Amino acid sequence: MAGTGTAHLRDADDIVLRVEGLVVEFPVGRTGLTVQAVSGISLDVRRGETLGLVGESGCGKSTTGKLLMQLLRPTAGSVRFDGVELTTLSGEALRRARTRMQMIFQDPISSLNPRRTVRDVVLEPLRIWKRGTAAEQSAKVDALLAEVGIDPARAAESRAHQFSGGQCQRISIARSLVLDPTLLICDEPVSALDVSVQAQVINLLEDLKAAHGLTLLFIAHDLAVVKNISDRVAVMYLGKLCEVGDCATLYRAPAHPYTRLLLDSIPIPDPAAPDVPVTADGEPPSPVLPPSGCRFHPRCPAATELCATTEPTMRPVGDDQFVACHHPLVAGLT
Amino acid sequence: MTRPRPLQTAGRPAEGPLIELTDVRTHFATERGLVRAVDGVTLTIQRGRAVGLVGESGSGKTVLSRSIMGLLPRRGVVRSGSIRFEGTELIDAPRSTLRSLWGREMAMVFQDPMTSLNPLMRVGEQIAEPLRIHLGQSRAEARDTTIRLLTEVRIPSPAERLRQYPYELSGGMRQRVMIAIALACGPTALLADEPTTALDVTVQAQILALLSEERRERNMTLVLVTHDLGVVARHTDEVAVMYGGKVVERAPTAALFRRTRMPYTEALMRSIPTVDDPPHTRLAAIPGRPPDLVEPPPGCRFAARCAYARERCHAEEPSLVASSDDPDHHYACWYPVGTVEPVALRPADPAAVG
Repeated sequence: MAGTGTAHLRDADDIVLRVEGLVVEFPVGRTGLTVQAVSGISLDVRRGETLGLVGESGCGKSTTGKLLMQLLRPTAGSVRFDGVELTTLSGEALRRARTRMQMIFQDPISSLNPRRTVRDVVLEPLRIWKRGTAAEQSAKVDALLAEVGIDPARAAESRAHQFSGGQCQRISIARSLVLDPTLLICDEPVSALDVSVQAQVINLLEDLKAAHGLTLLFIAHDLAVVKNISDRVAVMYLGKLCEVGDCATLYRAPAHPYTRLLLDSIPIPDPAAPDVPVTADGEPPSPVLPPSGCRFHPRCPAATELCATTEPTMRPVGDDQFVACHHPLVAGLT
Repeated sequence: MTRPRPLQTAGRPAEGPLIELTDVRTHFATERGLVRAVDGVTLTIQRGRAVGLVGESGSGKTVLSRSIMGLLPRRGVVRSGSIRFEGTELIDAPRSTLRSLWGREMAMVFQDPMTSLNPLMRVGEQIAEPLRIHLGQSRAEARDTTIRLLTEVRIPSPAERLRQYPYELSGGMRQRVMIAIALACGPTALLADEPTTALDVTVQAQILALLSEERRERNMTLVLVTHDLGVVARHTDEVAVMYGGKVVERAPTAALFRRTRMPYTEALMRSIPTVDDPPHTRLAAIPGRPPDLVEPPPGCRFAARCAYARERCHAEEPSLVASSDDPDHHYACWYPVGTVEPVALRPADPAAVG
């Protein structure tokens, strides 16, 4: 968009998560100003699908993940998960709904309790929810640890700092799966890992998704990683959505100039690749005083006066591809 | 915008070795024992070239670049070998020798522009400081040069930026300021340690383009330290790949990508997801994790994770030798890519996953 609209939402029976018009505002110091970190996002995810949410730092993608979990409460908008509206739930009902949606975070070491053995960390959700007997709980935890590639015996006597970053991310994944969730929200799960370990964790997530019938929301800034794991992709810029669509289509034929800029900016590991001139200069502006109209217009090579005054809304530009742009990169639509 | 002519590029020899490393070892004394962070690196960097130093965290690439700069603490560091810069020996060189080289001869850009600038000093003062100390410029001269430098690194309205503090600038702008400081005294060599890792992808492209442009215009030597093969592919003339404290493959950039010889380099390239592959392409992950540098394994340090490894690899350490068909292509491997069939690795020990 950077615009609004819900044309990209689907009408199907197997929608696990449906988000409409999600907004969150934070006060800016004592200035009396507010910043809309997320400014009218709508999304849906089908059962068994992986939705990639991609954008640069500060675009609001991690905030969106926290809003879905209700770790942050949205200022406006609706989050329906498995048919239940989460924004109006609280206390026991919210906690119960949240057992079926779990989250893994960017920094794997600091997201595990440093004082407890990692086996206890993975076991704790079962204890809290009193799922099964102690023996059943133990068996489940050991099986999951083995499944993510962590030796259960070592997990029983070691704490998080005794494992590498990649191993801690595996442990976090085991913890997130112990309550048999439907939806897993992954917030930059591999960006703190070395490239050789990154691939292991991505492969593991794909395997676990198949084995446990998971639905994934995969939040990341790395476009190649997002393409590898996603079925559908949503591109964010400054609190809004630019483009949503089928993963292969969106990467093959990006319709939004910002998506194009992102793709052109990826350094290609091939010295013989043709040089792509950088089409836009500058950096994302502050979301405190966002540009009028389309939020991308000051950096956009295709911007016109219309873009500065009128916010574009989502519209279809092909089979399962939607763009919020007045001048999409699609023949016949500008 | 017309860009001012760079400073101090005349009268510099155009060719010949600039930085000569011979069996450089940098070890750190820790409670667990001696960490062999850099463990025998021999490498010559030619004048005016852009050299990529690539490796994962713990490969020794950052410690090597800091060893060249002489930026490591004196205590707790055991160093040996030879680091010659324009013929001057830098290993155990007195501080005064290093000070005479910093700024004018070699300068560094660091990864994190958020913490590498002094938060209490205006941007203009930070750029003027090396000009006044190393070049002896007056306050007024330094101010003029600073404005020129900021224009050169494409910072809009430079005269106003001079008075700002780092917190008032975005990450990309701060990295441009870091580059302006490093370029201030017209260094012969610029060492850039992960200069774009903390930046967004659209800003990364701008900063890499800027560094390449500056290097060409100034005939400057650039050492680009990064974990990202995509970054070195288009911005370097040659690449040295590091693993476990050693250089394991070194080649002109095109040759490294076209005819990879070292299995580690090949594995690293294959494990990276690319936008050219369709969604859900299975990634060729490298099993296991990098070696412990306190007690490195005997033989090749990559052997435990290598699909081509044979018995000899676990016992004898290969040295970096030139390829028989390309004298510029060096690799340290008994069975380089294409000479033996890959074998299935032992089922990974669950405790050995990364």
